[in-house]
Amino acid sequence: MSTDEFDVFLTRVEIDGADDGPLAGKTVAVKDNISTDGVETTCGSAMLDGYEPPYDATVVSRVRDAGATVVGKTNMDEFGMGGTTETSAFGPTKNPVDPERVPGGSSGGSAAAVAAGEADLALGSDTGGSVRNPAAFCGVVGIKPTYGLVSRYGLVAYANSLEQIGPLASTVTEAATLLDVIAGPDERDATTRYDAAEGEPDDHPAETVSYADAAREGFDEDELAELTVGVPRELVEGAADPVRETFQSALDALGTRGVETVDVSLPSVEHAVQAYYVIAMSEASSNLARFDGVRYGEQGDREGNWNESFASAREAGFGSEVKRRILLGTYALSAGYHDEYYEKAQDARAWVKRDFDEALQTADVLATPTMPVLPPKRGESLDDPLQLYLMDANTVPVNLANLPAISVPAGRADGLPVGLQLVGPAFGEPLILRAASAVETVVD
Amino acid sequence: MARAAERTGLEPVIGLEVHVQLDTETKVFCGCSTDGDADEEPNTRTCPVCLGLPGALPVLNEAAVAAAVKVGKALNAEIPAETQFHRKNYYYPDLPKNFQITQYDAPLCSDGVLEFSHEGDRRSVRIRRAHLEEDPGSIQHVRDGPADLEARTTSVDRADYTLVDYNRAGTPLMEIVTEPDFREPAAVRGFLEKLEEVLAYLGVFDAGSDGSLRVDANLSMVESEHVADDGTIPEEVLADANRTEVKNISSHRGAETALSYEASRQRDQIEAGREVEQETRHYNETHGNTVSMRAKEEEKDYRYFPEADLPPLRVADWKEKIDIPELPDARRERFRTEYGLGAEAASKLTSRKAVADFYEQVAAEFDPDLAATWVADNLLGELNYRDREIESVTDRLDEFARLIELVATDEVTTKNAEETVLRTMLDEGVDPDTVVEREGLGKAAGEEVATAVTDAVENNPDAVADYHDGEDGALNFLVGQVMQATGGSADPGTVNELLRAELDS
Repeated sequence: MSTDEFDVFLTRVEIDGADDGPLAGKTVAVKDNISTDGVETTCGSAMLDGYEPPYDATVVSRVRDAGATVVGKTNMDEFGMGGTTETSAFGPTKNPVDPERVPGGSSGGSAAAVAAGEADLALGSDTGGSVRNPAAFCGVVGIKPTYGLVSRYGLVAYANSLEQIGPLASTVTEAATLLDVIAGPDERDATTRYDAAEGEPDDHPAETVSYADAAREGFDEDELAELTVGVPRELVEGAADPVRETFQSALDALGTRGVETVDVSLPSVEHAVQAYYVIAMSEASSNLARFDGVRYGEQGDREGNWNESFASAREAGFGSEVKRRILLGTYALSAGYHDEYYEKAQDARAWVKRDFDEALQTADVLATPTMPVLPPKRGESLDDPLQLYLMDANTVPVNLANLPAISVPAGRADGLPVGLQLVGPAFGEPLILRAASAVETVVD
Repeated sequence: MARAAERTGLEPVIGLEVHVQLDTETKVFCGCSTDGDADEEPNTRTCPVCLGLPGALPVLNEAAVAAAVKVGKALNAEIPAETQFHRKNYYYPDLPKNFQITQYDAPLCSDGVLEFSHEGDRRSVRIRRAHLEEDPGSIQHVRDGPADLEARTTSVDRADYTLVDYNRAGTPLMEIVTEPDFREPAAVRGFLEKLEEVLAYLGVFDAGSDGSLRVDANLSMVESEHVADDGTIPEEVLADANRTEVKNISSHRGAETALSYEASRQRDQIEAGREVEQETRHYNETHGNTVSMRAKEEEKDYRYFPEADLPPLRVADWKEKIDIPELPDARRERFRTEYGLGAEAASKLTSRKAVADFYEQVAAEFDPDLAATWVADNLLGELNYRDREIESVTDRLDEFARLIELVATDEVTTKNAEETVLRTMLDEGVDPDTVVEREGLGKAAGEEVATAVTDAVENNPDAVADYHDGEDGALNFLVGQVMQATGGSADPGTVNELLRAELDS
């Protein structure tokens, strides 16, 4: 681990990009689960200590082609499994706002890099909130794009049906500028395919839209007066008081600009965390199966037959949270439990999607506190995994529904940042970016 | 087999899982070539995707889907509107991701049928399903020691270590699963031959490629009394019979040998009053027997679930869009009616698409009977004698067409064409005109022969006199003179006739 004030980087590099482009002169920090050609990519795990991919992730090629300089690989919860960056095998990252506190996670290093000014922009990945959570805790902007908007090629998979790579930046416009660069179809990722609805143009949405323009323009007075923000009460009631108050005053500030706020209900979200963890752990048990010490990474003691050798590599390479999730995921997919867990979770996922679709009929965008709590102190939350999982209550439903969301600073409580999450319809990034810009304007 | 069954009252029931490599240019989920050299370096035909490197994603090669749809059409199978891929999770060193991308509850093909002939009867085997998946890599178990690697290669339980080669990983594989419709091991062989014939006709299969066809077979024995006249067996009888799975079969003949062995092994067990153990057995090609792979077979749980990296693929209109060629059975019938060929010739000429195509090309220009003789008897016969396949000459078929033309237009004698030109073409790889010219085999033009005959009679009065005196050798002498004058290119029979006519006039 390289040393910087807040321990945000695992590897410091300087990979120059093209001479000019939309990101010329900008520095970008890259989460350490995004592959960089010839540069160590560990996913915060001892399993991949020393592993140097022979290729660049599509998003890395794109930011380099856009003129950015990659300045480092950022710390993260091991394989993305955590919300505080404390499960990293290489030690925790400090929150630049309050170094005793966690920066959130799993993209904690990326959010902290932006908050500390170590990089202008950062790339994170969001499986169940891993971009929005640290953005909220560090007081920066983070976007979780619609599933299929950004190529995952080169992103080391944790739960591949849920996750997207997303930008982090100090402002909505800067985050949107980075989104413009990374979004769009990629022949190496079949899930970036865009199936247009009957009668609609079949261009991939990223190809016809400028997210930066949307963010920059925001809404004019008339448009603000037309905007309806839905507030899912289920996702506000559970939040800590200071969070709820800060969130409400941001909404009130929007109200003074003519924005209408309506209550909406997402009854399915009470099952979302359970469903999310069953699906994410099931996929993780398969995605992480390849780490067996044969081709790369931790090799274990190489004793015994190959099953013993694989077991030894995995015993040595994985941390306890990763092991817990692999075991639970294996269990959830096993014969006899598959229907009870995995299939049920898929049903719940479909239900969550329907609930969001209905709520977005009533409102243009939905707003919630990004995190139900303020950033905890380091060491406070690790003992009880269940409490840790419940911190994801407001972010995971969005991943289950494949929708776009953004976390934008809503102000501070007790001197600590509070994030406001806006959720939009599929490929509705321009809409949530405009709305986020409006929040940015009304919150000092 | 049949007699044994009557004696003991037990009949084998056999079902197959046939894995065939689809002959596409690139692998099923990446752009790596599928074209491996026999002596290529291990792990050189790979990329992040087929090595399963962290972060790499599969992208479906639509050519593999098209090939699989062709197979489905040829097997008369159902092809669903939409198909999907699943992950089959298990740890094995030949599997780069420790899961295999395959198909589970939405296979590309289901409910098909393949007809073939066995001992003169038409047989029909139902195809339960056929799906697309990725081939794993290949592994080699090795003992420590100074000898060559090949000499140290051994079985897994004797090995000190195992080498892995991912060059094969990601080759598109089609798994074709039959219903347990076979009652004789020999019929399995007939089925596999027919399957290969059809696959080759479709142009989706390269029989010459190593490991291109692999078979796992399930076999159980049931009491003959449960087998109806049409071969059907009640479900509950099948479910009750203990079954073994025989793996590592890689040839048609191997399938017959392995299953004959396994059938008599199971019969011996049952007759000795022992229960057949439900287990996986390994076919040993060298010894022609099957051996138990594991003492205790655990129930496998592959934890199938959908592969989210590959969106469901709509194949609803592929079945109509993709054409398949006329298949062997239909073509055989057409050859009999259209060209008036006998059953044997029609069968020989249609078993390989390349042969059938070539025959039709030649038959269109020349006499279909002459073409049949030349293609079915001469060309295939000489190839067979040399242990060669039609594929070794498919890029030279125009040369063989030219040879047949030389015979059809009487420019080369049938004898010379068969014994010299064809054999030299095959052995030396030269074209027929070169052989004819080099060996001086061109039939001399009529006038040249006539002149030579007249000259021979005029210049050899003694021989003419001897001929008229009834001396046998005289005619032969004169024939020899003519042959010499024409450089051996005249047809001896014709010369003989012309000389007699000249001398007797």
